[in-house]
Amino acid sequence: MKNDLATFKNAAWLGWQMEANWADPFLFATYSIVKPITGTLILVFMFLIVTGGETDKPFFSYMFVGNALYMYVADVMFGVTWVIHDDREHYMTLKNVYIAPINFYAYILGRAAIKIAITSIGVLVTLAFGVLVLNVDIAVGTIDWPLLISSLLLGLACICIIGLALGGITFLTAKHSMGINEGVAGIFYVLSGVIFPISILPTWAQSVSKVLPVTYWMEGVRRGLMPDAISQLNSDAGFDVTALGGFSNAFLMLLLVLSAVLFLVLSLYIFRYADVLARRKGKIDWTTTY
Amino acid sequence: MNGTWLMMNLRAVRGRAYPRLIGLTREPSWMFFEIALPLLTVSAYAYIYKFMAAKPEFVGYVILGGAMTAFWLNVLWAMASQLYWEKETGNLSLFLVAPISRMSILAGMALGGMVGTTIRAISTVFIGVFAFSVVFSLTDPVALVIVFFVTLVALYGMGMMFASLYLLFGREAYHLSNLLTEPVYLASGFYFPVRYLGFWTAAGASIIPITLGLDALRQIFFPSGAQDAFLPIWTEIFVLAILSVAFLILSKFSLDFMERLGRTTGRLTLRWQ
Repeated sequence: MKNDLATFKNAAWLGWQMEANWADPFLFATYSIVKPITGTLILVFMFLIVTGGETDKPFFSYMFVGNALYMYVADVMFGVTWVIHDDREHYMTLKNVYIAPINFYAYILGRAAIKIAITSIGVLVTLAFGVLVLNVDIAVGTIDWPLLISSLLLGLACICIIGLALGGITFLTAKHSMGINEGVAGIFYVLSGVIFPISILPTWAQSVSKVLPVTYWMEGVRRGLMPDAISQLNSDAGFDVTALGGFSNAFLMLLLVLSAVLFLVLSLYIFRYADVLARRKGKIDWTTTY
Repeated sequence: MNGTWLMMNLRAVRGRAYPRLIGLTREPSWMFFEIALPLLTVSAYAYIYKFMAAKPEFVGYVILGGAMTAFWLNVLWAMASQLYWEKETGNLSLFLVAPISRMSILAGMALGGMVGTTIRAISTVFIGVFAFSVVFSLTDPVALVIVFFVTLVALYGMGMMFASLYLLFGREAYHLSNLLTEPVYLASGFYFPVRYLGFWTAAGASIIPITLGLDALRQIFFPSGAQDAFLPIWTEIFVLAILSVAFLILSKFSLDFMERLGRTTGRLTLRWQ
């Protein structure tokens, strides 16, 4: 356990150096803030052009918060997979990490932790920008903290777990890992109610949405962060526009836990299978210059 | 300049374009990802416009914008960053000792990249049109050809200039390319008409050729596109033609300067920075 914690800490430190030491702190901070804010502003402008500026509508807050949270999906999931790709293909150190007397999961989690920390800054800055400049409907007094924290942590764990499975696939297919990663992240973006309620999707797509843990994660965090806006969104539309309005908070959390457990089992199986196959086929120190 | 020199450089153009073209058939799965991935973003933005009951043209604007992202990403990752990758894999020094102009190498990369990316972009448009039942009506085929040509020349000219600027970069190259994605999507109006950013912002963003190219394409494909347009089509073509010449000249100067600087500081062969 002590050894694992040391591995986690050192991996996090290494991750921080790799993420941040290419630039001076000011440039790095600018980079970390500009990218998420401009990504969100694309949606803001789309909304403003169509509605003429009604940012007090609950849908605006729904969209804004979803897009901010999606940074975790894109950055953390991709980050976990990228550890394997980058260490093997670019720095050619994966074999050294493998033969070191450490827990590989602790190493991956340490590297992921720093991704989560950096992404959290981007998410917080974006949300603060939304609340202060664009009237996003988040009031500290109305936040349901237990729901927010529990769903946020569960969701992040789930994303790391999915990242681990994709990392396993990266062992076997260096040239397709980015495509698979971005594809999975893109599917979550379209089908998980990130920037629009899933009720606008075709029926078959809604069924897929309800299998994805990110759908429940988004809903749980939104309900925790801005409970009034979510109930108002449904009452304004006159129907269950989120398609999850009938689920109580407890049931939502139960679904999130179940999907997290399901994905944990599945991801560990995929990762272990890929790991064994990669060792057998000599792919741990494989370089494709891709 | 003599015939031998010219032939050698033309061979260099062909030689550098070849892997990009042959790569299209070697990894067909990449083609799938490169067509499918923009479609996911396009779908998300199309659904959000549908949810907000926007004009149907906006879904078409998103499809065109999504298709054009392929060109911007190709310029960033396969033009600008390319010399950085070549440095990492040890090929850059071979390029530099070859008795050819560096511009030939970049021109070959651009030509090969343009062909593959055009195929991907057209596929994205066709699938997007089919999936969202958007009606594109081509009003001026001549203008379409000219807009497409000058946009690509200006854009890849910009890519050649970026490639020289990236020549000395280490890991900054990756981060810079990452940073130039969403902000450019925003400033250039990939997913909404750029005129809504205001005149001066749109004018500033016009330095990126895709801004005006995309604006012109929207006017060509949608009869009501002129209402959302930043400038008239022929004005945009004129500006794009100027940008094409300017970027090609600047890239030559920039490449010479950065190579000299790289040789002086010994950074052309540095790896794993």
